[in-house]
Amino acid sequence: MKSKRPVPGHQVLLQGFLEGSVRGLARAISVVENERDGFQDLLHTVMTSGPQTKRVGFTGPPGAGKSSIVAAVATAYRGLEEHLGIVAVDPTSPYSGGALLGDRIRMNDIATDPGIFIRSMATRGSLGGLATATKEVVDLMDSFGFDRVLVETVGVGQTELEVTAAADTVVVVLVPESGDAIQAMKAGLMEVADIFVVNKADRPGAPRLVKELRQALHLRSGRALRDIPAHHGVDLGKAMKLERVSDASEQEGEEWAVPVLTTNALTGEGVDKLLETVEAHRRWLVESGELGVLRRARSGIRIRDVVDREMRRVAWNSERVNGLLTQGVEEIALGRGTPYSAADNILRALLRQRA
Amino acid sequence: MSDERKIRVLVAKPGLDGHDRGAKVIASAFRDAGFEVVYTGLHQTPEMIVNAAIQEDVDVVAMSVLSGAHMTLFPRVKALLDELGADHILLTGGGIIPENDVADLELEGIGRLFGPGTSTSDAIAYVKEWFSTTDDA
Repeated sequence: MKSKRPVPGHQVLLQGFLEGSVRGLARAISVVENERDGFQDLLHTVMTSGPQTKRVGFTGPPGAGKSSIVAAVATAYRGLEEHLGIVAVDPTSPYSGGALLGDRIRMNDIATDPGIFIRSMATRGSLGGLATATKEVVDLMDSFGFDRVLVETVGVGQTELEVTAAADTVVVVLVPESGDAIQAMKAGLMEVADIFVVNKADRPGAPRLVKELRQALHLRSGRALRDIPAHHGVDLGKAMKLERVSDASEQEGEEWAVPVLTTNALTGEGVDKLLETVEAHRRWLVESGELGVLRRARSGIRIRDVVDREMRRVAWNSERVNGLLTQGVEEIALGRGTPYSAADNILRALLRQRA
Repeated sequence: MSDERKIRVLVAKPGLDGHDRGAKVIASAFRDAGFEVVYTGLHQTPEMIVNAAIQEDVDVVAMSVLSGAHMTLFPRVKALLDELGADHILLTGGGIIPENDVADLELEGIGRLFGPGTSTSDAIAYVKEWFSTTDDA
């Protein structure tokens, strides 16, 4: 079986990566994604200068147009001469273990641009909307020196919110067919969005979804009266001297007020406005100090991930632990133990072993 | 953590011909065989295919060519792969390709080419067999 063999030409690979070779980056991503021997050393070696790149995540339900928006946004950033890394995640089949990675289909216009590197990843059993190694791949792209990395999640429902651990700015893409704003209000998407985009805005139902989203967002931020139209002859907004303002100028004080934008990714409508808003969010992140908070939180998650993974590896590769596991199974069968007593024995053995 | 490395395949549809049923059938079959299949859609140029193959670090490029341009497209993609240091990638494929041409292309370092009526399991077995003999990351 092909696993855990030493990385062939580790040094060659590293050198290629550091010299900025696209193939070096591509191979490095594979090494990390496949957790080949030495992959942690590789990451450690290249990640010395800390996070530099701007990370923008795109999430939303299947078919909302995430790939098309990413392609449109990437084209616009290329116009500003930014170098871009793109990670696009699609699901692995839990039955076959295979995956059909089709996000590049929407990105054909940027497929040969030497300033753009696109990598498709399969979730490989990860349930958070990203692949197991996506965060590490984004780190690699960061170290490689891209100005910006765009991360596209799998089509998500209400609970796959890991994108926040990979991106500074999260764009949630919805379409009029996504359902009413109650769906977005339930939990999850509403809380991770820094920017809402209603794509395919030429379709019926788009203005209604935009309005509902704005109202739902204002409910959250305690500004519920702002978007309520005159009712029974009394305009509550005016009565309370609240003036409706456009989304761009809505940023006041410390809080980021989540804007709701409309786009049509195929015609490019609304993409400029989206770029402006991503920049506005970036400025807010920097000026409010939130970026530092975010990066620290992300580092915390990454450290935990690495520790978790290493603990699992150390535990289940240990003969002693596997012996205790078998012993525990027998004790439970004989009615002399429980999974908890067995686990306790294993944890004690592990802690002694590592102390 | 899987013990076995996933086989990554780029299924590519080069040129102007718009008949992608075969490409989709083989992409689905590869997926069901447990491969990670990158599908890039219709009308790919050799440059697009090779660029994607390198960025995606695939093991195999499988091209579907029904247009009759196989004697141009396969060697062109092979040459670009070699030029960019990706000669470890297996270039294989299928389509309407006369036997004589298949033999000529094999001489140029192209892998097996599958004609009409091929069972998907043959193509899968071929890729798995090839993969088991490589020793690449």
